[in-house]
Amino acid sequence: MTREVGGFTVHEVLHEGGMAVLYRVTHPDHDLPMLMKVPRLREGEDPAAIVSFEMEQMIMPRLAGVHVPRFIALGGFEADPFIVMERVPGPALSIRLRDVPLPAEEVARIGAAVADALDALHHQHVVHLDVKPANIIFRETGEAVMVDYGLAHHERLPDLMAEEFRLPYGTVPYMAPEQALGIRNDPRSDIFSLGALMYQLATADLPFGEPQHLSGVKRRLWRDPVPPRRRRSNIPPWLQEVILRCLEVQPDARYPTAAQLAFELRNPSQIALTERAEKTRRDGFLTVLRRRLRRDAIQPRAFATARQVQSAPIVAIALDFTQMTEDLAAALRNQAYKMLASRPGARLACLNVLKTTLLSIDSTLDDQGRNRHVQRLVELQHWARPLGIAEGRATFHVLEGSDVADAIIDYARSNRVDHVVLGARESSLTRRLLGSVSGRVAAEAPCSVTVVRSRRTD
Amino acid sequence: MRFAVLADVHANLEAFRACLDHARARGADRIVLLGDLVGYGADPGAVLDLAMEEMGRGGLALLGNHDEAAIGTGATGMNDSAAAAISWTRAKLSETHRRFLGGLPLTIEEEGCLFVHADPSAPAKWRYVTDSESANRSLQATTAHATICGHVHRPALYSLGDTGKLIAFRPVEDAPVPLTRGRRWLGVLGAVGQPRDGNPAACYAIIDTHPMQVTWLRVPYDVATAAAKIRVAGLPPGLAERLFVGR
Repeated sequence: MTREVGGFTVHEVLHEGGMAVLYRVTHPDHDLPMLMKVPRLREGEDPAAIVSFEMEQMIMPRLAGVHVPRFIALGGFEADPFIVMERVPGPALSIRLRDVPLPAEEVARIGAAVADALDALHHQHVVHLDVKPANIIFRETGEAVMVDYGLAHHERLPDLMAEEFRLPYGTVPYMAPEQALGIRNDPRSDIFSLGALMYQLATADLPFGEPQHLSGVKRRLWRDPVPPRRRRSNIPPWLQEVILRCLEVQPDARYPTAAQLAFELRNPSQIALTERAEKTRRDGFLTVLRRRLRRDAIQPRAFATARQVQSAPIVAIALDFTQMTEDLAAALRNQAYKMLASRPGARLACLNVLKTTLLSIDSTLDDQGRNRHVQRLVELQHWARPLGIAEGRATFHVLEGSDVADAIIDYARSNRVDHVVLGARESSLTRRLLGSVSGRVAAEAPCSVTVVRSRRTD
Repeated sequence: MRFAVLADVHANLEAFRACLDHARARGADRIVLLGDLVGYGADPGAVLDLAMEEMGRGGLALLGNHDEAAIGTGATGMNDSAAAAISWTRAKLSETHRRFLGGLPLTIEEEGCLFVHADPSAPAKWRYVTDSESANRSLQATTAHATICGHVHRPALYSLGDTGKLIAFRPVEDAPVPLTRGRRWLGVLGAVGQPRDGNPAACYAIIDTHPMQVTWLRVPYDVATAAAKIRVAGLPPGLAERLFVGR
């Protein structure tokens, strides 16, 4: 039996949650799979159900992109309220919990996909604040979709959850320590939750168990989790490094942005390993006691969402050594230096494109190809050396492709690069013959592009 | 319906024109003038002429305390420079202007919005809504889904839900806030003609009614000209200087 609500035909119940019920709906004007979310408003229900539904009504219409269910309609303002949105068909990540522990590569792949989605939200002024397997769905095309914005914070909208309730809402095993203290505007809280989730995928255990009370959640302010490699010795050090960095108590000690976390997970060989990677046991009694007694010293500091995201861009600098003069190399270094100096969280990806022709696409597999690849890498490193950048803050990548501009644009897109820097071709003849790479990148890249040219002397 | 709501124009013709042009470009259907068209600034006559023109196009206008003082006999409760501006203004108004101001109402309700210059719980008392306490008093006294006032010269948004908890929010420029149905809302506009929140750009708001949402907007205008006119008119120089800093 079906009924009509706001022009939508309501079919079967898809899911009954604590705060809302989801129905499958159809509509003659919309041919994508859709669901209708209806809050539980009955007498005696948690008032948070109403307020969180209100928040979702405010936030969802303002979100866009592949990492969010497409918003279709709001309705029932006078009587029963509802939200209609795209029903993302894929299974939730929770289904993978049956298979834990997962191999490191799989954890990194999932982690990077979720970090991409979080970065997309953070750029839209939203902190999700309830990152957990049940709220992550994968599209058939592989992108992670974050669902359920009932506990989320939008920094350009009134935060009804924060104002109405003094107790923090969230899912206890994944909740960041600052959330337990009532801080709701730091995007790095989502990075902490993703760290807890990756910990679970890699070890099959939750890093902080499942405390039943808020006091138990606050324990994670001073008590560090068992290092993942102690639970599963086959976890590689780089994955432990990433997970434990996400789980740092101080937001400042975590990855500054989800984009940077995704970047690391996609480039495990270039992760700078610290003592986190080799840690074999939890911090000792005295360290924990000291942290516990000096609670004020570890009060996490929040950063406004957009400000935090903008403080730590990924800058990609594309270097073409066939066109490079010493002047241009210096001008590019100077540009990179300026972009990094003012923002300690920024990182630099140094790129070189190795041109492949369609005929010899696999030439890199032979020795000669490998040598060329290695040679380009050392040239990139040589160029960067005078910058004196700390290990891990700069990474080096030789891309392959038949079209240089395409390779740079694709790289910028898939690595969520914030700013591309590249040198202009010196000779106008080659530019005329080959077309301008910088011109195409400037026109098509999904981010800002700076073209550097050493000053001409007439 | 898309309202453009302009409060506290205060005889600043440059700011007024800039906001009207901006609102038109944003597709506003109706202009609502939320009171205090005159006082402080050097162009009361031109501002009132323009306001009357807007009324002819379906615009709405309300009375503010400076308007009342300019057509009345006294400037009770005003500081020296405000009072000086009122007596200067009084001499500049024509009979048409006085009649226009004299005919303005204290409140107007349209499409679920209550428009009022100052504290809606007692519009004629010209009290300020500056904090949660005064916002709570205002919301308790009204029944409209959204109440919009001015008078304070600093933007703010308050809301009261079923739990009885008052929510205060500092609006972000050009970021629409949906006025959801589960609660009632009180929007306080910034000033067109004399902003006081540290941002010298003129402030007004767009209110969409279906679904209801409010967007605070900032419009840069020719402050130098507006300030120069105030000086030439012999009005207190502080009234010119404050425009540059929005204080």
